[in-house]
Amino acid sequence: MDLAVLWFGIVGFLFVGYFVLDGFDFGVGMSLPFLGRDETDRRVIINTIGPIWDLNETWVIVAGAALFAAFPEWYATLFSGFYLALLVILLALIVRGVSFEYRHQRPELAWKRRFDWMITIGSAVPALLWGVAFANIVQGVPLDAGHNYTGSFFDLLNPYALLGGLTTLMLFFTHGVVFISLKTDGELRERARALATKAGLITIVVAASFLLWTTLAFGTLASAALSAAAAVALILSFLANLKAREGWAFGLMAATIALAVLSLFMALFPDVMPASNDVANSLTVANASSSQYTLTVMSWTALIFMPLILVYQGWGYWVFRKRVTRAHIESSVAASH
Amino acid sequence: MNEFLDPLLLSRWQFGLTTVYHFLFVPLTIGLSVTVALYQTAWVRTGKDEYLKLTKFFGKIFLINFAMGVVTGIVQEFQFGMNWSDYSRFVGDVFGAPLAMEGLLAFFLEATFIGLWIFGWDKLPKALHLATIWVTAFATVLSGYFIIAANAFMQNPVGFQINEAKGRAELTDIWALLTNKVALAAFPHTIFACFMVAAGLIISVSAWHLSRGRNIETMRISLKSGLWMMVGGGALTFLTGDSLSLAMVQTQPMKMAAAEALYTTAGPASFSIFTWGTPDGVSELFSVRIPYLLSFLSTHTFDGQVEGINNLQAQYTATYGPGDYTPLIWVTYWAFRYMIGLGILAFLIAGIGLFLTRKGKLPTKKWIWKVAIWGMPLPLLAMILGWVFTEMGRQPWIVFGLLKTQDAVSPNVTGLEVLISLIAFTVTYGILAVVEFKLIKKAVQAGPAELPQADAETGITRQETTVY
Repeated sequence: MDLAVLWFGIVGFLFVGYFVLDGFDFGVGMSLPFLGRDETDRRVIINTIGPIWDLNETWVIVAGAALFAAFPEWYATLFSGFYLALLVILLALIVRGVSFEYRHQRPELAWKRRFDWMITIGSAVPALLWGVAFANIVQGVPLDAGHNYTGSFFDLLNPYALLGGLTTLMLFFTHGVVFISLKTDGELRERARALATKAGLITIVVAASFLLWTTLAFGTLASAALSAAAAVALILSFLANLKAREGWAFGLMAATIALAVLSLFMALFPDVMPASNDVANSLTVANASSSQYTLTVMSWTALIFMPLILVYQGWGYWVFRKRVTRAHIESSVAASH
Repeated sequence: MNEFLDPLLLSRWQFGLTTVYHFLFVPLTIGLSVTVALYQTAWVRTGKDEYLKLTKFFGKIFLINFAMGVVTGIVQEFQFGMNWSDYSRFVGDVFGAPLAMEGLLAFFLEATFIGLWIFGWDKLPKALHLATIWVTAFATVLSGYFIIAANAFMQNPVGFQINEAKGRAELTDIWALLTNKVALAAFPHTIFACFMVAAGLIISVSAWHLSRGRNIETMRISLKSGLWMMVGGGALTFLTGDSLSLAMVQTQPMKMAAAEALYTTAGPASFSIFTWGTPDGVSELFSVRIPYLLSFLSTHTFDGQVEGINNLQAQYTATYGPGDYTPLIWVTYWAFRYMIGLGILAFLIAGIGLFLTRKGKLPTKKWIWKVAIWGMPLPLLAMILGWVFTEMGRQPWIVFGLLKTQDAVSPNVTGLEVLISLIAFTVTYGILAVVEFKLIKKAVQAGPAELPQADAETGITRQETTVY
């Protein structure tokens, strides 16, 4: 088997993991102004992702490192080319991450509210920009013969990419709201479900337009099939939410995001970063990858450790499977402050 | 080109700034994770409340610090590609592997188990919950190994060959890379120094409380453990530093020459406490020296020959072509000295502290406590200076003998873009530093929290279920 192709798959898998997992963290963060009516609600909402957001964010670190190790040329072109966009994502992730930790350090409501806004903005910005970035990768960007990006930051903000950004923003938002309905109880759970319905409708329209555009402009048979499957999963998730089947709604939402990301990867293949100006300058799985030896070493590492990683992460999720309720928060007020 | 918008210079400043900043949190994370694990183990074994209080107290400081380490760490990984894309293209095949291994083997483990530890107090059995902090501590140390191995390749490239057609270095031997002699020497040196940094914090925090007569029973224990950790960690840092300097002399003689500002090859060579050189840096005017010491540090013999800067410069010009192969001497010289000096000072303070607190005594003089409280940053400063020395001493190379820093920067990223990011990071990091410092100070001064009492009817003790 061609190891470079295998690693294209592994990188795809890591980004699927990242978007499915941190996707709902972003959605939870974005939903605070919509669902967090009082401090207890907001604490319930944040505690649904309390034990896991850091773990979920780690997926992007591992995905980035895998990109570096397996496709150094792709990593170098992408990260230097999308410089300012990635800078904004980094700043947003920094602000969001510390806000989770800082907001509960002081009892004043004003202090907490400030960090709530930072969590919301710090979640919305990457949710939007990751979509913009991936849509640009699929669409292709101008590259010179040395594989260096020759466009500017504003070239990245084209209609197709912005629609891509709006798609990830809405997908993650709905994903997060569905997650809240799955992980909380009582009135908050009901409100989350109602919000998921409204957001779901917009998401269906936005995501379907983006996937259709992708399929028509850049699609292959495989990517089209995956896009169609993503659309079906999204609609089924919407219906499951309507019927208050929260587990199904969440699982199908995760499937939607996974299938949509895979669809983009299949639309890319065998390129990894097509050059929009000259096909000869495109980065491909073959010309961007590491040596056979490095890929072999990394394949063994992934083969041995990935199953283990999935097992202990699964266990971590299982430990925290219970719903977070207002009663939990109220009983622990005394303990933490 | 406008020299203020030189992408190379700005990228170097950005890397220096973000790396030093990230590294304020790393040694505390490594050192405190092990310390907290030890306190919790002591609690599980003895059942004494003091140990549980210490676990939670230092655990809280550890967590405030941990979040910053995580989020500033992402910047580290991204900026190799963002600012140093030609470096990434050249070494990615080699350098990417330890980074990916760090992610797969260490980061996932650390992130999963720290979540389980923070939120798992009342969800996991006692022994299993204890295991989660040990796994976290293990993972933080393991990630340190991979990152040191990656850095060691930049100091002493091994296990690779150059692929001329692709214009890059390619990995040929992963074991050679992971057992690089510089990595084997630098790893224990760095880890023991991390313990010194954590010890500095523990001593300072404990001294603050004890000097005010607060939380005597718990802080007495932590002061003692901090002092021992500083003395033990200091001794081991010193010994491993010796083996690291031997490895350095063998692989990067210029760095050792620059550390000593030794311009002309000498044997036996003396170690200078202070040197004043001519402004052009080619010769020295005045110095205070300890005879034979540099020879001993470099070769473990008292009359071994140590190569000088001017001789090495001539050698390198012959090997690599015309150019300046000398790092900034005043930086390497003073960073090396202050690293050693501040480390020894912290070690001595702790040693004296152990004497003053023998047999359960506590000092009464105010100034003694002041020294203990304000001595906290010494090992941290020493450690940062050690990294400044290591990285600046490698210049002009980014990968020694293979790639110069000036050829590593992203060719398509403009000076303005780097300036924007440099300002953005400086402002963000600056604000966060203020908030972070205040929060840690507040948590420290609040002291260990009282333990929740068991419910009178059910007999169940509630721990926090929700932390945020």
